[in-house]
Amino acid sequence: MTEENAGPVIKIRDLTKVFHLGGDNDVHALRRVSLDIFPGELVAIMGPSGSGKSTLMNIIGCLDSPTGGDYYLDGIKVSDLVDDELAVVRNKKIGFIFQKYNLLARANAVENVELPLRYSDDPSNMTERAKEMLDLVGLSDRLDHKPNELSGGQQQRVAVARALVNHPAIILADEPTGNLDSVSGQEVMDLLLKLNHDKGTTIVVVTHDQDVANQAQRTIRLFDGKIVEGEVG
Amino acid sequence: MPFLRVLKEALTSIFSNKLRSFLTVLGIVIGVGAVIGMLSIGAGASESILGQIESIGTNSIYVMRGGQDDGGTPKHLTLTDAEALSNRLRAPHILRVSPVMTSQASFTLGDNSLQTSVFGSYSGYADVTGVEMAEGNYISDTDVNTRSAVVVIGPDLAERLLGRSSGVVGSMIRLNDFPYRVVGVTKAVGGTQFSNPDMQAYMPITTMQMRVVRQTVPDSVQYIIIQAQDAQSIQLAIDEAQQVLRETHRLTPRQANDFTLTNQEDILDIANSITNILTILLAGIAGISLLVGGIGIMNIMLVTVTERTNEIGLRKALGARKADILQQFLTESALLSLIGGVLGIGLGWVLALIVGAVARNTGAPLVPVVQLEAVLLATLFATLVGVFFGWYPARQAANLEPVDALRYE
Repeated sequence: MTEENAGPVIKIRDLTKVFHLGGDNDVHALRRVSLDIFPGELVAIMGPSGSGKSTLMNIIGCLDSPTGGDYYLDGIKVSDLVDDELAVVRNKKIGFIFQKYNLLARANAVENVELPLRYSDDPSNMTERAKEMLDLVGLSDRLDHKPNELSGGQQQRVAVARALVNHPAIILADEPTGNLDSVSGQEVMDLLLKLNHDKGTTIVVVTHDQDVANQAQRTIRLFDGKIVEGEVG
Repeated sequence: MPFLRVLKEALTSIFSNKLRSFLTVLGIVIGVGAVIGMLSIGAGASESILGQIESIGTNSIYVMRGGQDDGGTPKHLTLTDAEALSNRLRAPHILRVSPVMTSQASFTLGDNSLQTSVFGSYSGYADVTGVEMAEGNYISDTDVNTRSAVVVIGPDLAERLLGRSSGVVGSMIRLNDFPYRVVGVTKAVGGTQFSNPDMQAYMPITTMQMRVVRQTVPDSVQYIIIQAQDAQSIQLAIDEAQQVLRETHRLTPRQANDFTLTNQEDILDIANSITNILTILLAGIAGISLLVGGIGIMNIMLVTVTERTNEIGLRKALGARKADILQQFLTESALLSLIGGVLGIGLGWVLALIVGAVARNTGAPLVPVVQLEAVLLATLFATLVGVFFGWYPARQAANLEPVDALRYE
């Protein structure tokens, strides 16, 4: 699904986001942010809380719409899309990894990995494709396990498999190691690095952990809604 | 998402918390169960009543004393009226006329004594009401004319009084302390909830007037059954009977009838309208119970949506559209309600079986009928209730913003 083009997979221009909290109380979470991320990059986004880091991640993840500016994801002008179109983009172009794994407690590993395929326009061979991904993250012996039967690191690896199953243009990881001990956390980071290195998967990691950021090729720092380091273009 | 997957997910979700799901659908279970149970008992009762009315015979017309709107004392019906109605020249479409008296009487044989009802009439009564003989003969015209002390008894009465129900013709029994000869035994037909014909006795109306019923008006009878020539001539027979009775009762044209003519169709109409009212009543109760059950489902679905806010956010992040989320929660509430409906049908069925067993043991001729229509209707309505009351919570879920839903603690 990822087109082999030399241009950026994420292209953000003059992006602003204003939250209206009622009255004249407006919060400018993002102030004219511009940013390019190219295919095959592993980029870390850092910044203190309130810097606009989460807002930027939500917009990159097509979970939220910007107030102004343009956002192109894999050539699609996302900033113009409506809810259901955004859902399709999320399904096809983005693989999410969350801090708390966000697995369905009632479903086993395979069913959890299948979930994005169920909402896709091609739900054929779901189980095989899910098993393939679990094999890739080294969990082929845990297919029938429910999340509460897996360790935190294993759960996050299921989440990585789920993020990969639709072959998205980017993987968006929000504090992927935040809930893990250092060993499991490093295992997950190694997995992401390997995917990036071997398969050329574009990965954006939002983190406040400098050790994690150090493993990225590039770190983008946000402060007060502006990029203060790592901006390209 | 493929619908089978949606169904499987909804089932998994429902069965992951069995107790809560069960308590949620309990309202629907009890509502549907009560409706199915009551409807089947009602259907059994109405079948039994209608069957009894039909056994009166389609060509029969009942003449009762008293008109529709007279405040005074209406004239009694008498044997003279019956004779006048039997006149072929005045009423050519009337085939048979049977004046009837009924009374409770005490039957005695030795130390055996019991109370039961006795019918006095003409010989044609057996044909009009469909009484058939197991042995001996019915009351004859001669018996009526000579006021014979003879009696025809039902098989149960024979059993209770004489200890056997066959070979009893010629036996002598006492009725209100006067001896009668048994001339026949009727065929067993089984009891109904109003009366048990197998426990009844029949005698000439003339004998009855003389010995059993104390009369204030000479020759008076309680009612008269008229049989029309055939089904087509019922209305003509009614018109003729009305004309004859107005003449014998010497009514002026300004006076209203002091008698009432009813045929089987009228009685059927009344029975049917009562049955219909009953059905509407049951439907009302069903509606209320399903409403209450539906509110229960809506309540728990709202709780479920709140509990699963994070899950909804995740599903949206992974590409679920509004319609997907709506479908998921609607399926769950409809399925929940449908399961409640099916359990309710089972409960109603058991209820009907219990009532049927109790009725059988007490001898009441009530056989509850679980109707397919009622079952289908209950299933459909339960599902619709689930969809209707699940709509609002499902919309709440579908309209959640993914960012807020993911962040929800």
